[in-house]
Amino acid sequence: MGATSWGFKKSLWVFHLNAGACNNCDIEVLDCLCPRFDVERFGIKLCGSIKHADVLLVSGSVPRKVVPQMIETYEQAPRPVAVVALGACGCTGGIFKDGYNFAGPVDKHIPVDAYIPGCPPRPEAIIDGIVKLIGKL
Amino acid sequence: MASTLGLVLNFLIFPGLLFTAVFGLLTQWVDRKVSARVQWRVGPPWFQPFADILKLMGKEIVIPEGAKRTGFLLAPVAGLAAVGLVSTILWLANITGSGFVGDLVGVIYLLTIPSLGMIIGASASSNPLSSVGASREMKLVLAYELPFVIAIFTAVTKVSPMTLRLDGILEYQATNGVLLGNASCIIAFIVAILCAQAKLTYPPFDIPEAETELMDGTHMEYSGAALAVVKLSQAMMLFTLPIFFITIFWGGLQLAGWGILYTIVKYVIIVVIIVLIKNTNPRVRIDQAVRFFWGPVTVLAIIGMVLAIVGL
Repeated sequence: MGATSWGFKKSLWVFHLNAGACNNCDIEVLDCLCPRFDVERFGIKLCGSIKHADVLLVSGSVPRKVVPQMIETYEQAPRPVAVVALGACGCTGGIFKDGYNFAGPVDKHIPVDAYIPGCPPRPEAIIDGIVKLIGKL
Repeated sequence: MASTLGLVLNFLIFPGLLFTAVFGLLTQWVDRKVSARVQWRVGPPWFQPFADILKLMGKEIVIPEGAKRTGFLLAPVAGLAAVGLVSTILWLANITGSGFVGDLVGVIYLLTIPSLGMIIGASASSNPLSSVGASREMKLVLAYELPFVIAIFTAVTKVSPMTLRLDGILEYQATNGVLLGNASCIIAFIVAILCAQAKLTYPPFDIPEAETELMDGTHMEYSGAALAVVKLSQAMMLFTLPIFFITIFWGGLQLAGWGILYTIVKYVIIVVIIVLIKNTNPRVRIDQAVRFFWGPVTVLAIIGMVLAIVGL
């Protein structure tokens, strides 16, 4: 295992993209950063710019208006980058799958590395998903 | 020839770039750990900053469309080289007692180069938010340089044959006690710590890279190895500024016997003060920052200067 791939596993910087989510998943993501769960123990932190990110965390059911922005964000991310679909909406579309402006779950547009279902997923589930993602890298 | 090679090695390995980078990253871990404890979190393990830098080295460098490639990539490297040079000058003055006339002025100039590098790099990146960050950084440099220079020159005034040499200041402190024992220099030290906060762009003066409004502002478009250089020069700055203050105000670095422990205690105290100010203050607006530095802080620095001239 090379030094850079070791660093990659120990230091995942997450860019959080809200693709039409109802904010519940986003609040659970913030819970992960707070004292009780504190994912900075594992080197995970949120970053403000997609150019710094290693993980693109997409929550929401992806309405039609968001698709071009989501694809552009994914293309701007420096490689290697992992994509995580968060919540029932991000994984399958959830209760919005028959909506008039529903444009498919996240993996219809960009390749997804890990799915974290739940409405909203508990912080434990999010950490479990990240652990599985790290095992896959 | 041999001395030239020695100087190059001094710059590249000890006490220049490599040494400063390792200790700067360790200091950044102290920063993150103390921040985490202040917020009742556990915080990252000690190797976290090293893992971050190694990871960034392996990532792709994205150059934005319309950016000026050379300026964008070279500006952070200039900042890194400047911080390494400052560290070399300071450590050589402390270890071997070598110095040259006006090295203090050189250090003050070189400490500004990383900010200038970020201004040039952010302006070259053709991103509107980065440009806003660059313009704020420019105003911040104008704001804090005035009290910073006055504070440093208070120490110069206090040294009895007035000298601009770092080794001269160290010799004076070795015979007459540390400068921090004087009222004027305590005031100057407080002013210098406040300016260090702005130099490091830490809260409450993290206006150029405001995470919530500008999305890391000046650093926004950097990625991969270029971002690693930016982060590294920030970490090295966090290591170099406390060393500079110890050299000027607090009797320099003692590296023999128990002196090492004393040096580490002094260093950690200054770092923790900076980190605690960082964690207990919200961000101010740029106009508030300029008013703060040109108003109360400059007045405080001038009071310190007057006290030093009077002889306190």
